[in-house]
Amino acid sequence: MTESTLPGALVKNTEDDVMDTLGADVSVPPPDRSRSLGMMLLRFALVFVFVIVLWEGLKFIGGTPWRFSTNDGALFNFTWFPPFPMKFASDLNMPHLWDIFGAFIQPAQRNGPPLIQVLAQAAVVTMQAALAGFVIGTLLGLLLGTIFAHSPLLERALVPYVVASQTIPILAIAPMVVVWLKAGWWSVALLAAYLCFFPVTINTLRGLRSPDPRAIELMKSYAASRWTTLWKVRYPSALPYIFTALKIAATTAIVGAIIGELPSGLGEGLGRVILNFNSEYAIRPHKLWATILFTALVGILFFVTVILVERVMTRNMRKLES
Amino acid sequence: MSVVSISSVNKIFGKPGENQTIALKDIDLQIEQGEFISLIGPSGCGKSTLLRIIGDLISPTNGTVLVNGKPAPQARENREYGIVFQAPVLFDWRSVEKNVQLPLEIMGKSPHERTARANEMLELVELNGFQKHYPYQLSGGMQQRVSIARALSFNPPLLLMDEPFGALDEITRERLNAELLDIWSRTKTTIVFVTHSIPEAVFLSTRVVVMSARPGRITQIIPIDLPQPRSGETRESPRYYELITQVREGLRGGEGMKE
Repeated sequence: MTESTLPGALVKNTEDDVMDTLGADVSVPPPDRSRSLGMMLLRFALVFVFVIVLWEGLKFIGGTPWRFSTNDGALFNFTWFPPFPMKFASDLNMPHLWDIFGAFIQPAQRNGPPLIQVLAQAAVVTMQAALAGFVIGTLLGLLLGTIFAHSPLLERALVPYVVASQTIPILAIAPMVVVWLKAGWWSVALLAAYLCFFPVTINTLRGLRSPDPRAIELMKSYAASRWTTLWKVRYPSALPYIFTALKIAATTAIVGAIIGELPSGLGEGLGRVILNFNSEYAIRPHKLWATILFTALVGILFFVTVILVERVMTRNMRKLES
Repeated sequence: MSVVSISSVNKIFGKPGENQTIALKDIDLQIEQGEFISLIGPSGCGKSTLLRIIGDLISPTNGTVLVNGKPAPQARENREYGIVFQAPVLFDWRSVEKNVQLPLEIMGKSPHERTARANEMLELVELNGFQKHYPYQLSGGMQQRVSIARALSFNPPLLLMDEPFGALDEITRERLNAELLDIWSRTKTTIVFVTHSIPEAVFLSTRVVVMSARPGRITQIIPIDLPQPRSGETRESPRYYELITQVREGLRGGEGMKE
């Protein structure tokens, strides 16, 4: 038998072909451009422009008549009468975008600071409570999910209660929490946590059970402890599931904090600002709209932060990405 | 002393009184040091179940399984075997090198030793240079070789393989068969190999264990006397075809007993 027909040699020759198709130094595939942050922002901006055009287009066709003019009315001055007035496009229901965005720089109250400053200060207060609630809710969710994943008995006994907890409207329990904990920062954080822990619990449970059963058998063959298996296989496998939950939790934390602020009578958060402008809506709708936009921005900020952390932590995982 | 000693093993799935399946019936098998044993049979004959019982991933209903003279659970605790499944079961968040190092990490080896050992193993499966790659960047055949490197990383005296090349195309499968024989002759590891491919079983093994289904039992053990080392020439020798025919008839005989 000659050297070249030895199994090893045979393998080597043919295997080179495989390596060739992959490139000698098999390079990492180029990052998917459509998933880069820049593209994400661009897409967001495009949709934003589309919404602006749609909004003002509707106003142009069916809004309340309005006047085009320069300040003194010298250059041009005429009134536009939309051809098909529609109730939902009136200035009360859909204020002009320049009125909404203009509201940011106008004083929130007579002789007060501009609205944007009031909102920013309120947002900081709300975000602190939301962040604390997010962290507490996430930790609680991870803990419960981990316990349930290891104990089918506890899972069967307690998961129905976890589900039931979410069917109670948060508005119903908010006053109770406020009474128990006294109106304050902690009661707001707790209400945010109450909304956060549920998706995290359910997805952690699911994620911890997601590994291939053979991966668990493999760990068994290494005589790995439950704890080692949890850290080295179950948690990493659960990461995509957990991050899906964290994205939901990030936005509900803001909602939870704002709703928590309503009955607590706390005057500094976004909840109180919304309440104030709610009562003024009939005369100054653009202020509430501006507040809504700003609140959405705060939620998006939370959401994007979670996505960035996810990108870093799951960069080599392809499972469940989409 | 046999590496694996199985005596009067039965495995019944399902609780008494319900629909019970007899997966394995009266299995007796001795596997000696350095052997390459293939378990072959129709699906449902319990060949994978037998492999899992040897590895203590499931327990037999009754009978004894000794690995290197110790009960199977103790052998598992001592990390006396490596296992390779049909799917590579690599961890996507770990690089190739870190995947191979996983068992060593769990066994508390030093980082230096882990790296050295992983490099050695990747050299063995001809994947040197792929240390920093991630599983998704490799082809199916390459992934399976990483899985073999991982199973051998802690130098287990016994290698259990459950249809490891079953999901690969014929060309890759033949190539990896040759590579596996090369690894086997170099490491002197005893291998128990589950397959449903007759040519694969004949080409690789020192003995082929033929099983039949319902209930799963051993119908025949065929020694493969093809000369070592085996190569592409082996696949063309008349003896190779004779043995393939013999295994095929053994399988048909097992079925015939039922029909």
